[in-house]
Amino acid sequence: MDATSEHSNIKIQQIIDQLSDKPGALLPILHEVQHAFGYIPANAIEPIAKSLKQTAAEVHGVISFYRHFHTTKAGAHRVEVCRAEACQARGSRALEAHIKESLDIDYHQTTADRNITLDPVYCLGNCSCGPNIRVGDDIIGRVSNDKFDKVVNALSTSALEIK
Amino acid sequence: MTTTVYVPRDTTTLSLDGNQVASDISALANQQDKSIKLVRNGSRGMFWLEPLVEVETDKGRVAYGPVQPEDVESLFAADFTNASFDAHSTQQHALFLGLTEEIPYLKKQQRLSFAKAGVIDPTDLDDYIAHDGFKGLAKALQLEPQGIVDEVSASGLRGRGGAAFPTGIKWQTVLNCPPQQKYIVCNADEGDSGTFADRLLMEADPLALIEGMTIAGLAVGATQGYIYLRSEYPQAHIILNEAIARAYDRNFLGDAICGSSKTFHMEVRLGAGAYICGEETSLLESLEGKRGLVRAKPPLPAIEGLFGQPTIVNNVLSFGAVPHILADGGEVYASYGMGRSKGTLPFQIAGNVNRGGLVELAFGTTLSALLEEFAQGTANGRDMHSIQVGGPLGAYLTKDQWDTPLEYESFAAIGAVLGHGGIVVFDDTVDLAEQAQFSMEFCVEESCGKCTPCRIGSVRGTEVIGKIRSGENVDANLALLDDLCETMIDMSLCAMGGMTPFPVQSAMKAYQAQLGSQTQLSDQNPSVEGR
Repeated sequence: MDATSEHSNIKIQQIIDQLSDKPGALLPILHEVQHAFGYIPANAIEPIAKSLKQTAAEVHGVISFYRHFHTTKAGAHRVEVCRAEACQARGSRALEAHIKESLDIDYHQTTADRNITLDPVYCLGNCSCGPNIRVGDDIIGRVSNDKFDKVVNALSTSALEIK
Repeated sequence: MTTTVYVPRDTTTLSLDGNQVASDISALANQQDKSIKLVRNGSRGMFWLEPLVEVETDKGRVAYGPVQPEDVESLFAADFTNASFDAHSTQQHALFLGLTEEIPYLKKQQRLSFAKAGVIDPTDLDDYIAHDGFKGLAKALQLEPQGIVDEVSASGLRGRGGAAFPTGIKWQTVLNCPPQQKYIVCNADEGDSGTFADRLLMEADPLALIEGMTIAGLAVGATQGYIYLRSEYPQAHIILNEAIARAYDRNFLGDAICGSSKTFHMEVRLGAGAYICGEETSLLESLEGKRGLVRAKPPLPAIEGLFGQPTIVNNVLSFGAVPHILADGGEVYASYGMGRSKGTLPFQIAGNVNRGGLVELAFGTTLSALLEEFAQGTANGRDMHSIQVGGPLGAYLTKDQWDTPLEYESFAAIGAVLGHGGIVVFDDTVDLAEQAQFSMEFCVEESCGKCTPCRIGSVRGTEVIGKIRSGENVDANLALLDDLCETMIDMSLCAMGGMTPFPVQSAMKAYQAQLGSQTQLSDQNPSVEGR
């Protein structure tokens, strides 16, 4: 959904109205907004702050504290690579290098075709079967360089199909 | 005749094409007019065999694994739904493993908390009840609150999140607070690398967690529970929500639980990728909708916890042990284990191992025994060199330490921690100075920033180890690093800064030993360059 449209403001308000009565509502609201738009658009901050009787700075402070929340639009797919020890013990450092080289980006960057955004993650809880990556909500285990290339190819194909 | 076929739906299975296997089996059964009932169970925790496909027979369930989508056709060709038990039969499919419960990896375990994992359909209440589910709750509903707490105290259960604080004392503290709004909070922010026991329980037997939290609510007079789940566990999120909804439908949650006068509500709240939120006070801040900054203690969360109210904060596995404790009695649970470490711990064998997975055993076994009986070598065939136990804040242990009994006090005595039971194996190519530096980097990344030793100390620590690694004033920088570690241990507000030195110092010590042996080697053999 385009986050700057009139429609998006309605959607943001709907999410706020649905959740603001919960105790400690801020994280649930931020999760829902990110779920709807893929990130937390700047125009969401004021209405969230207002409904929770907080300042925009406080809301922004919470967003920036958590790695999971993003304030810029990502590529079509978010790929997270586990950097933690159990994956390191199974060769994730070499995989990381391959991923960055083959996509030609570093962490927190998006490929030129806007297809893939690359992020680090610290443990996906699949520590017997590393190295692990997460693509959207799918966790993929025992990722070799070849397997990663195949995953990326499939992502590129599906992105074209959507168009 | 309809045959029941099981394909797990846990994260590990799905990460290895489990959904494809399940849908291929359905499709082929349809095509061949075979009547099967496909159950998506949880994993049994033998991750090296996932996707593990099981088939119900009159002698029990038989297993095939690891099954990949390309194996499905051959399974049907071998008529896998009519398994023969003759292990020597030449007709048998190559992936046939015999009766699941007879697989040594599973048979050698002492499963209490994970008894139902992989056995039942995780969100099917009837299946749960048929396997002794809700017996603990039924017992709790007959007891006074003090009676429930006494049972938990008698079990000797200690917090399974890592801190190992006696659960009974925590519950007693909350019970002793005058009646008011109290909360039950489950710490499901399992951020330690090398751990997945919480995830496995939530994905394979979520109703056990729900039952344990409900019992806690009855014990202290709390009517609201929250499961604080890390956002890195999307599959656990789906399964937990499904299980909670079904428990509400059948009145195991909500008002008038099971026809009693008791009320307990529960919901899942998602974290957002902050390791520090596994620290209980930071978790509470996060639940309240704030930055996850650590609080100074006292006040204890048991007295002033969530929204300033008395709160039990326990790990998934602590709550998960409670139904068994209530159903069979605290004394039975306490009969397992050694010393002050009572009961069982699910050890999580991870990293570079051949057979990784979850192994629930009584406290007191050793790393050597676990590795020999279960892990069976490294995945790449190299020698095991060092093992990080207890997550990213746990020490790296070298071979001379692998016979230490796996229980809290013995580990503390060697400057190590058992933590949440994660065991990460590294082979002999590990660069321990690099690992030490990573531990500091991780602290930089994850520090909440509230106290200086953690926030600044970790940055300086990363730099100093960098200098040591590049050979710059090595002795002086090693002394500086020691000094820095001492400051972090003594002055940090919580375990993040206070325990980061554990992996750092143990890894640096092992690194120097490695260097020493390499130097000796180069003295003996001039053709090998000293580093």
